[in-house]
Amino acid sequence: MPQQSLADSDCVIIMGSNMAENHPVGFRFVMKAKERGATIIHIDPRFSRTSAMADVHVPIRAGSDLAFLGGLINYTLNSERWNNDPFFREFVQHYTNGPALINEDFRDTEDLAGKFSGFDPETGEYEFETWQYAGESQKSDESEEEQDEQEAGQTAEAESEITEELSEELSQDPTMEDPRCAFQIIKRHFSRYTPEMVEQVSGVPKELFLQVAEKLVNSSGRDRTSSFCYAVAWTQHTTGTQIISCCALLQLLLGNMGRPGGGILALRGHATIQGSTDIPTLYNLLPGYMPMPSIASGHSNLKDYIRVQQHRTGWWHNFPKYIISLLKAWYGDAATEENDYGFDYLPKISGDYSFSAMMPMMKDGTLKGLFCMGMNPAVGGQNSRLIREGLANLDWMVMRDPYEIESAAFWYDSPEVRNGEIRPEDIKTEIFFLPPAVTPEKDGSYTNTQRLVQWHEKAVDPPGECRSEPWFMYYLGRRLKALYADDDSAKGRQIQALTWGYDTEGKHGDPVLEQIVEEINGYTVADRKLVSGFADLKDDGSTACGCWIYSGIMPESGVNQARRRKGDDRAALGWGFAWPDNRRILYNRASADPQGRPWSEEKRWIWWDEELGRWTGYDSPDFPASKSPDYEPEPESVGMEAHRGDAPFVMMPHGRALLFASTGLRDGPIPTHYEPWETPVTNLIYPEQARSPVVTTFDRADNRYHEIGDPRFPYVMTTYRLTEHHTAGGMSRFVPWLAELQPGGFAEISPELAGEFGVDNGDWITITTLRGSIETRALVTERMQPLQVHGRAIHQVGMPWHYGWGGIATGDIANDLSALIEDPNSRIHQAKAFTCDISRGRLPSRVRSDADGE
Amino acid sequence: MVSSAERNRSRTGAREGAMGFLTDTTLCIGCKACEVACKQWNQLPADDFGFTGHSYDNTNDLAAETWRHVSFVEQIADGEGARPTSLRAFQSNWLMMSDVCKHCVNAGCLEACPTGAIIRTEFDTVVIQQDICNGCGYCVPACPFGVPALSPIDNKAHKCTLCYDRLKGGMEPACAKACPTDSIQFGLVDELMERAGQRVASLNDRGVDGAYIYGDRETGGTHGIDGLNAFFILTAPSEVYNLPAEPELPQDKTFSGYASTILAAAVFSIGAALSLRGR
Repeated sequence: MPQQSLADSDCVIIMGSNMAENHPVGFRFVMKAKERGATIIHIDPRFSRTSAMADVHVPIRAGSDLAFLGGLINYTLNSERWNNDPFFREFVQHYTNGPALINEDFRDTEDLAGKFSGFDPETGEYEFETWQYAGESQKSDESEEEQDEQEAGQTAEAESEITEELSEELSQDPTMEDPRCAFQIIKRHFSRYTPEMVEQVSGVPKELFLQVAEKLVNSSGRDRTSSFCYAVAWTQHTTGTQIISCCALLQLLLGNMGRPGGGILALRGHATIQGSTDIPTLYNLLPGYMPMPSIASGHSNLKDYIRVQQHRTGWWHNFPKYIISLLKAWYGDAATEENDYGFDYLPKISGDYSFSAMMPMMKDGTLKGLFCMGMNPAVGGQNSRLIREGLANLDWMVMRDPYEIESAAFWYDSPEVRNGEIRPEDIKTEIFFLPPAVTPEKDGSYTNTQRLVQWHEKAVDPPGECRSEPWFMYYLGRRLKALYADDDSAKGRQIQALTWGYDTEGKHGDPVLEQIVEEINGYTVADRKLVSGFADLKDDGSTACGCWIYSGIMPESGVNQARRRKGDDRAALGWGFAWPDNRRILYNRASADPQGRPWSEEKRWIWWDEELGRWTGYDSPDFPASKSPDYEPEPESVGMEAHRGDAPFVMMPHGRALLFASTGLRDGPIPTHYEPWETPVTNLIYPEQARSPVVTTFDRADNRYHEIGDPRFPYVMTTYRLTEHHTAGGMSRFVPWLAELQPGGFAEISPELAGEFGVDNGDWITITTLRGSIETRALVTERMQPLQVHGRAIHQVGMPWHYGWGGIATGDIANDLSALIEDPNSRIHQAKAFTCDISRGRLPSRVRSDADGE
Repeated sequence: MVSSAERNRSRTGAREGAMGFLTDTTLCIGCKACEVACKQWNQLPADDFGFTGHSYDNTNDLAAETWRHVSFVEQIADGEGARPTSLRAFQSNWLMMSDVCKHCVNAGCLEACPTGAIIRTEFDTVVIQQDICNGCGYCVPACPFGVPALSPIDNKAHKCTLCYDRLKGGMEPACAKACPTDSIQFGLVDELMERAGQRVASLNDRGVDGAYIYGDRETGGTHGIDGLNAFFILTAPSEVYNLPAEPELPQDKTFSGYASTILAAAVFSIGAALSLRGR
């Protein structure tokens, strides 16, 4: 949802985010909602600057979010309002897969003591057959290949292998009474998430939970909408994807999707991090959310790749147009029908090459070179000591940063060097440290959290040898092309085929960025005429497009929609460009009822205009413009023609949102509460299955985990950011004006916990895990508090992860304490909940070296 | 008939066309963008305080190099240590306030300045001219709010200029420009006071009983200062934010000071004369 849409909310719940501190500019729309009379609820272990602006602060045990959300689902489904107001049932019946019948072999966690059906103890992964809709099965022939790959020690890529093919309308029960329908399965699944259970698991008193639940349900409906804002305190868990799915499930049940003031706002952590997943810096995605070809997913050639990825029904039926246009944009004349449009030039992934997975590979010598740009892994990566050891074992590293951050300086100055464990002369990594241009010194665009692309202009030329990222990548590409000009190996042919013909301009010969925007927008190959949007893209090689979802950003030469700056109080369609097709609220067909009328006057957004015979409203409709609400597909239709006129979720095969996710997730079709990997308490909901059975772990001597309830590590630790610093500090700890505002590392603890050690505000404390020990100052504050969980007091420790030894604002590295571990879906680590021990005083080694220094 | 501007002018005491700040603490999220924007625009050096442990405040106070300062006041737990969950609407329990020079209608610093370095500008703001200031420091104790300070770098007095240079260029001050929640608002003092009055009324309607305007002549407390061109909406007693409840100008005590000196002199003279008569 757009941040601006928060202003239309009747209730804003901020959970897994410290929005006022980390997204202060977007928080203005929360303040606007508040001015309009909305209730603001902040659910967070700490009382933060966000809590200070909220109407309700709910302190919660870190890592118990899903139990709380599951409790909200259970409350909602049993509430009087939900059962008496026909709006909710109508929304769920028409717009979700609630009525769909699920395979009768499916077994829930309730039946199997915490596991879903399909778990294979040999591989430690789920097989997905039993999760399918009744009467349907997965695509054939993949499971065998998958097994082969796993025997070869490879990890399959979930997002592609579980793609389904649907041949007919779902078997369903429109009354949603059949015990096998998704709705009833959900209802049963969450029935034990009672207020009492929520209190036991999360430490939120029952009365407070009920206060939130009532407010949420009463602020949702035909004429009211509620929204959730989350950030990385939901994602950075071994069950992060499921926490977010659980919220989506709740919002669907409440009819809060695709409507103004409704939805889930994913707050992205820094400028254009959204852009870096759209046109990705991720190992497993191609631009526009097409999967990177994977050996494990049967993507051996273009035909197979398309066969696996294309959906017969729904928007993804267009998949071939987008991948072939991408290949034409990248490989130009070298991409022909005969050579699969150069599909073989694309690397095929064979396993997990996410950030966490790469780090041990560096330490083990598998991965020998690294480009490190806009990142400070020596501070920001989990188990950062292991990461520094990885950096120290590379052949080479190219580092571009305005300051000599820790990841550039680790070889001569680090905690390990300072205490004598590592000697600089033993580190062989050759480091190329290059100066970059900073924001005002370069043109470019930002894609913010709501998919809004905004262009920014260079104000001054970068000084000295500083150069922009496009400059660096462009000239690197040119040199690689020269180097491999006569190379007939696979990599040589790949580099030769790449189109790289950008003009240059300006004092430093920067590539002309708007030519890159043209390539991203797409054009017809024959005359290089720009296409007006992704509807113009073809699967016959006649069009090229660098990222289909951005198509339309430059519909004519010289018309860069991201430059537009005409605002208004509604959708502001004249401000920048929001992909896709300048849409501000996705799936906004759901803002109208099944017949196409606005659900209410208050929440109008788009609606069906009978006279004009098309969808109209404030926003660009996320729906075929002239498809009438009563449209019914012919049995054999494909693509969007196979969707009914009341099916708003165009990307989904059936046009319905998923209450029950038959595909797409490795760890279950329904969100389920599992404890964090490290936890002081067991899982009350599934005592036999405390942790998710399919977490990706890195079991190594240098990455040891704590057992559940390990008495040596009794405290829950969570890490976070402050307004005053930016991520691992590369852009803030070295800047005096920002450094002075939060000049040194600290950990926040409650007076109750401080009292246990006799620690006063500002005293040194030492925090320890099996990964490492650090020292820091204690900021003793009532903003932290112990919670009653499982009948005992659980203390939580909060520590900003910004600090390192470099720069002006310094402190020990919080991530020296955390572990490498991954959510199996997103490959994101768990830094928001792990366990630790605390003791009073400084690290003995540090006290000694200080004394020596004196 | 009295226009609303005139009515407000009598409320603010400001001269016609006076520009100032309304700092509404109920909207402040403590992001310190104002502090940074101020330092950047005015090219002020960082202070070197280090970690203070005073909540999230590490710049301590307004100073020669800190012209906007966000203070943080934690009032979280009740007497028994219980933390509230239902909070007062708008900022509560963790108070944040961006302090700044008040650009007083009768400015103590300006009156105390012996060199004429401190002037009142065409915007009715109070500015220290750096080329004239000789660093005598008389302005420092003359300010009841502790705003001007001598810099250890150039030994001259410094404080907020209300971005005089930006105003000359038709731009709003850097802090107001940077504030993401419009906690800091810039404009004509009379209009700001009108807005502040409406805001307080609306806050009162929504149950924030304690909200009031600090620097409003109607609610008293500005004494001889006669009004502040930069005023605040607060929700707790002003001392909580380190603002005096009843600020006074030292100059206002000069008459009584002189009078008591003269009286004392007279008494001693008479006493002396009487003692001599005895001889």
